[in-house]
Amino acid sequence: MKFAGLIWSNLKRRRLRTALTVLSVLIAFLLFGFLGAIKQALVGGVDLTDANRLIVRHRVSIIQTLPVSYMNRITRIPGVVSVTPFTWFNGIYQDPKNFFGSFPVDPAGLLDMFPEFSLPAEQRKAWAETRTGAVIGRGLADRFGWKIGDRIPLNSPIWPKAGSSETWEFDVVGIYDAGKKGADTSGFYFRYDYFDEARQRGKGSIGWYTVRIDSPANSATVAKAIDAEFLNSPAETKSESEGAFAQGFAQQFGDIAAIVLAILAAVFFTILLVAGNTMAQSVRERTNELGVLKAIGFSNERVLAVILAESFLIAALGGGLGLGLAVMLVAAFAPSLATYLPGFFLPPGQLAIGAVLIVVLGFVAGILPALTAMRLRIAEALRRSA
Amino acid sequence: MSNNHEVLVDVQGVDRVFRRGSEEIHVLQKLDLQVRQGEFLALMGPSGSGKSTLLNLIGGLDRPSNGSVAIGGERIDGLNDRQLAAWRARHIGLVFQFYNLLPVLNAQRNVELPLLLTSLSATQRREHAAAALDIVGLKDRNTSFPTQLSGGEQQRVGIARAIVTDPTILLCDEPTGDLDQKSGDEILSLLQALNREQGKTIIMVTHDPHASHRASRTVYLNKGRLLAENPE
Repeated sequence: MKFAGLIWSNLKRRRLRTALTVLSVLIAFLLFGFLGAIKQALVGGVDLTDANRLIVRHRVSIIQTLPVSYMNRITRIPGVVSVTPFTWFNGIYQDPKNFFGSFPVDPAGLLDMFPEFSLPAEQRKAWAETRTGAVIGRGLADRFGWKIGDRIPLNSPIWPKAGSSETWEFDVVGIYDAGKKGADTSGFYFRYDYFDEARQRGKGSIGWYTVRIDSPANSATVAKAIDAEFLNSPAETKSESEGAFAQGFAQQFGDIAAIVLAILAAVFFTILLVAGNTMAQSVRERTNELGVLKAIGFSNERVLAVILAESFLIAALGGGLGLGLAVMLVAAFAPSLATYLPGFFLPPGQLAIGAVLIVVLGFVAGILPALTAMRLRIAEALRRSA
Repeated sequence: MSNNHEVLVDVQGVDRVFRRGSEEIHVLQKLDLQVRQGEFLALMGPSGSGKSTLLNLIGGLDRPSNGSVAIGGERIDGLNDRQLAAWRARHIGLVFQFYNLLPVLNAQRNVELPLLLTSLSATQRREHAAAALDIVGLKDRNTSFPTQLSGGEQQRVGIARAIVTDPTILLCDEPTGDLDQKSGDEILSLLQALNREQGKTIIMVTHDPHASHRASRTVYLNKGRLLAENPE
């Protein structure tokens, strides 16, 4: 600690240069944090999947529907514990930009299949008793200011309502919370029986099934058995683990992780050059002073440590401020991005990687100039100034 | 380290050879020199005669190619870099021609620099530095940065930094070389006072005969050899 004043004073020697370098590092870590949150939103769903769950969809694509009659046949397959259907409703509230995930479901089946959804008992009961009842996520309720008792009109370009009006009307009977950080609470779930009866077309069909199996070890066997059950039927199936399904869904945007990694690698390489150049210049322009420090008794190792500490300090200042700013900005943007990126947050793991990167940046940027300073011969260093 | 009038610096048969490509440059050749405790020795000679090289060898800033350098009976030519650095911190105070103060530190912090290598507390370091600045007459300029000080004042701060650890020897490399006559005289008087009143052993490299007259003994070097010396 007693060398802190010396280290800090050296950084203040060229205030503008130090400030610009710190700013460059700050921008890099801000980008790191922000891209990390975007990546989390796009591929983070994979981490929230349950290894005990399979997704069974039409073999051609998820747009094709499956018969509701498959449910009983899937239930009878060995290894299957429970089955519940889902359908993509594509509900729109008032304006096309007010878009969110909406699904007709079997209420009991949904809540049994997703124990991470937390819904009070009286709201579960109300859902069972209300044919037009809908249960919505906390995030969605906050977004539109909806509360229990509200009647919500929705239009669906895929599933228009039969009768004089194509608009569906739902009564909010429950608001669920999610147990896991980053879990999607922007969902809108309503009863399949009401939906199936009131829709204009496609009666008796669903989008896909979520299947709970007895053990993740049986995942491949059960998936194969399900697909075999419907082989050569008009609607053949494709079964896969929920994780694989989520990953496949996320990869529709491209390999997000690889894209983010490529961007960050380019940014950090540039920042490494900037910070390394700053340190190299800093050492070069005070060769004489380093000679003086050695002459009065600073050992080679101590000189190395002082230079490395300066490099670490630049990295820690810029990196710390950048990550801090990223946390604040991600928190500030999360509500407005909730529609398209419901899992948009900065996971602690990303911050931990950021902390490691700060140390690595400080070391790599500083080590060569520090070694140069360490190897300086005193007499030569003193002569250079004179 | 040793008692007054005992040999403090003992240089025996020292060669210092530098290599420039395939060429060997013999800067010091078979040089012997003894300096007693409490002496104020002036080293004179033309440029390139090896004065500064000899000073560097005595101060442990460099090692001889041959021969031995002993300070207070301790051979320093065989110490490794880390041992030598620790030895310098304990025993050597250096005063440079161009002061070599750190421009980012004020006078007080410049003087405190060598004390960072000791186990003194921050308060003790401040007190020691203030005392050293008081000795050189700059107690009231402790918060001034080098650029705010005259050449003479900067050299006084340099001397304060050199004496703050109470070193065994003060090594001064042309301490008045960058100063006007008046400031130079003041610095020489200060060094003389440190020698006479505090018994500091001082070895001073100088080109200036006027400066050498302030020393108790002067030795002359030419082409790496000791020529002659004037008696006290």
